[in-house]
Amino acid sequence: MTDQQTPAAAPAGEPILLTKKDFVSDVDPRWCPGCGDYSILAQAQKAMPDFGYRREDIVFISGIGCSGRFPYYMNTYGFHSIHGRAPTLATGLKASRPELMVWVITGDGDALSIGGNHILHSMRKNVDIKVVMFNNRIYGLTKGQVSPTSDFGQKTKTTPGGSVNYPIHPLVVALAAEASFVARSVDTFPDHLQETISRAGHHKGSTFVEVLQNCNIFNDGAHREFTDKEVRDDRMIFLRHGEPMIFGKDRDRGIRLNGVRPEVVRLGDGITEEDLLVHDETSEDPTIHFMLGRIYWPEFPVPVGVIRNVSRTTHDALLQGQVDEAIRREGRGDLRTALGGGETWTVGG
Amino acid sequence: MSTTDPTTEHEVEIQELDRVTVRFAGDSGDGMQVTGSQFSQSTAVFGNDLSTLPDYPAEIRAPAGSLTGVSGFQISFSSSPIYTPGDAPDVLVAMNPAALKRNIGDLVAGGAVIVNGDAFTPNNLAKAGYANNPLTDGSLKGYNVHEIPITTLNARALEGLDMTPKQVDLTKNFFALGVMFWLFERSMEPTLEWLEEKYAKRPVFIEANKRALMAGYAFGETTEIFHTHYRVAPAKLAPGTYRNITGNEATALGFLTASQLAERNLFYSSYPITPASEILQQLAEYKNFGVKTLQAEDEIAAIGAAIGASYGGGLGLTGTSGPGMALKSEMVGLAVITEIPLVIVNVQRAGPSTGMPTKTEQADLFQAVFGRNGDAPVPVVAPASPGECFAYAIEAWRLAIRHMTPVVYLSDAFLATGSEPWRIPELDELPDLRAPDHTELEGWHPYVRDPETLARPWVVPGTPGLEHRIGGLEKLDVLGTVSYDPDNHHRMSLLRAEKIARIANDIPPLEVFGPPEGELLILGWGSSFGAIRSAVERLQARGKSVAHAHLRHLNPFPSNTGDVVRAYRQVLVPEVNMGQLLFLIRGTYLVDAMGFNLVRGKPFQISEIQMKAEQLLGDL
Ligand SMILES: Cc1ncc(C[n+]2csc(CCOP(=O)(O)OP(=O)(O)O)c2C)c(N)n1
Ligand code: SF4
Ligand SMILES: [Mg+2]
Repeated sequence: MTDQQTPAAAPAGEPILLTKKDFVSDVDPRWCPGCGDYSILAQAQKAMPDFGYRREDIVFISGIGCSGRFPYYMNTYGFHSIHGRAPTLATGLKASRPELMVWVITGDGDALSIGGNHILHSMRKNVDIKVVMFNNRIYGLTKGQVSPTSDFGQKTKTTPGGSVNYPIHPLVVALAAEASFVARSVDTFPDHLQETISRAGHHKGSTFVEVLQNCNIFNDGAHREFTDKEVRDDRMIFLRHGEPMIFGKDRDRGIRLNGVRPEVVRLGDGITEEDLLVHDETSEDPTIHFMLGRIYWPEFPVPVGVIRNVSRTTHDALLQGQVDEAIRREGRGDLRTALGGGETWTVGG
Repeated sequence: MSTTDPTTEHEVEIQELDRVTVRFAGDSGDGMQVTGSQFSQSTAVFGNDLSTLPDYPAEIRAPAGSLTGVSGFQISFSSSPIYTPGDAPDVLVAMNPAALKRNIGDLVAGGAVIVNGDAFTPNNLAKAGYANNPLTDGSLKGYNVHEIPITTLNARALEGLDMTPKQVDLTKNFFALGVMFWLFERSMEPTLEWLEEKYAKRPVFIEANKRALMAGYAFGETTEIFHTHYRVAPAKLAPGTYRNITGNEATALGFLTASQLAERNLFYSSYPITPASEILQQLAEYKNFGVKTLQAEDEIAAIGAAIGASYGGGLGLTGTSGPGMALKSEMVGLAVITEIPLVIVNVQRAGPSTGMPTKTEQADLFQAVFGRNGDAPVPVVAPASPGECFAYAIEAWRLAIRHMTPVVYLSDAFLATGSEPWRIPELDELPDLRAPDHTELEGWHPYVRDPETLARPWVVPGTPGLEHRIGGLEKLDVLGTVSYDPDNHHRMSLLRAEKIARIANDIPPLEVFGPPEGELLILGWGSSFGAIRSAVERLQARGKSVAHAHLRHLNPFPSNTGDVVRAYRQVLVPEVNMGQLLFLIRGTYLVDAMGFNLVRGKPFQISEIQMKAEQLLGDL
């Protein structure tokens, strides 16, 4: 399955000139026709050459779900692990091989149900892994059961009477876990998606990207109400760092704070851009980021783009730093000394 | 044999003994573990062979003075080789009534008891459930009781130091230790050095403990309550440099050594659990060897991270105890199907479920051999003594690397916390574990196999031109693409089984101690080695046709195991479980082996195995 035709990596020092094609493996994707996963794959393959990593230095690790098949289609190193646990493998790999670029591909069930614990802890440790969560608000691979992001009241195979569970807000989970990069995009917005993946790839630290993805078989149109071409400008807000939070086809509406609550306002009638919140993705204080992670259609426009982007020393760098520091302080470990540690005595021969 | 010791003023008899077993017992706040390990250290340096067994409650601080709060430490030491911490103590040090009550029943008839008389207050007696004071009611008539007002004497020795009464009281265990040092002619030096290091920042504590220790020693020397002191001559151990080591220490050192021998960085990830936590704590100290450690969010994450590290070319190691092992099982299966080298440590404790966390058991053998979905064979190794943990930690990695497989390393609470003298090996005695990553493009596929071992190549990310995908889905033989082909799955299942079975060609044969055939074979594994070997030695000394064989490789078994078990009229398999090795042996070799199973959270005693064997030999 290794693509033997592709050229070996460029020698050290030479620029790495790769194109999207170099990242296409020889395995044909096997998602349902029309599945949103195809678009995510295409945009990821397009974003890859820009990172300056050789193919062999990039690793995709996935859990189980339709999304989990992603690594087979990327001509990089790949590990299709088990349900919910991809972040754990990624954490160990990154800790022992800090020079690699490590991606985690996961689904809404994989990341937030069975793997919730691992998402939480990989994010809070600021492990330098790029998590891309395909949110189709359903269990796709197992054929249509309710997921942690399914709507309240949603009828699925396991909730014929409607779901009695309140959905989780993935970005709020990532923010609460102190992810240093948090963003959202949509499978049907190719440019936006490519840009978001690209920014995620350039971030150093725990990265969480939610991609609203359509499962046209088991939850068709889950996001359509606000992502459709005709309505998206009015029902979504495209966040840009440093810019006021304006949205609407006519760019006539915005979000401002009323006390501690966000509200949608119409510009004019004494309300100007000055009154609106200005997006600051780098703000250490996460209050507004939490708000953006939580507001949703129909009460609010759905935010997309980079919500949070702060810099913290990464887990792998801290681990490596301790090793380097110990070597600097104590010298490289001597096995003989370690074995002979503690009180010893000698028995003559 | 007795002589008079010229160094003391009053007449003291010196009694030469071959072997002595001492138990220190007190409240869990009384520092009995420290006392015991300091006594062990001195005893080790003195040159006796020794074996220790700590026994502490799961509660960190059970109610003071209560029976549940009693903490104990037993050490047996000898002038000849010994394998167990002793069946019944000859000497009991009891720091309070509860400690006396919990332990007196184990003492040999006529054994010595040293008690802290000050602790026998009405209140403490009541907490221990004594209606009358056992020191005065005659109930200890059968023992040689020495009552010492330890609290008072110790406080007097520490007078003038800037310490609270509570702090002073906490040093009384060192008074007792001093008495024992005198009684058994041990040197105080190792403990004094230890104090200097431990309390480098609190000089007053050094002084206080030193005074307590010396006061105890002087008490032994000058008072007349002991008419004898005891001499246990140094043992004749094989030449070399020794240290006293616990199983967990030896395990951690073994893994460190494996990484140095393999020239790969060790990555240990674990979630704290008794009795495995010390391995994480100790490996965290080896950063200057390039060792990285991770305290993961749970046991699944811990093994996942270890798999990630091994996938990256490191030595990915994870460790836990039974409950954590249960959580890891899906991940072990992933390492089986992806054929990644990995070592999983299970320091067994009494189960099921949370069971008795600080107590020992050997009941996770089935879990190690079978505990996964699908046909997922995994090699299993188990050291037999604390010192042997070192060699088998290395052996686990040797198998994992050479055969590209996860390996389960089974220790237990008894090995983990028990200690014995360990001969520090020379580096050139150790195996070479180097195995270069595969980088060759020519003829490579993810699942091409070494014709001898059937191992697949270890290709790590970063290798140009060999980008490929692995994972938990069944893979096509050789090419490694996803495959649902029925015949392929059958073939891959056979290959996975055969790969592990062939390990039998790569491990030493099962050794037999005693006659190569005869009446009775006692077959054991893991930490019951000591009790079995001692019992067999006693039986052989009485001319019995009894042999001992001890399995260190539990899957696959050494290739001669079938021949060994068939060479005796009877086979007895003692285990601290309900008969797990027994089941495997009977099932594998169709022999009518018998079990001897005691699951009390403690190791076998020599006499128990001896009696069982005598029964089978028709002696009783
Ligand atoms: C331990 C375990 N439990 C259950 C499953 C079955 N399973 C596979 S994928 C999945 C849900 C996937 O949903 P999601 O993560 O949303 O991914 P999607 O298929 O929607 O992309 C489940 C329950 C499994 N493979 N492993
Ligand atoms: S089931 Fe849904 S998510 Fe899965 S491949 Fe089909 S369309 Fe895509
Ligand atoms: Mg889903």
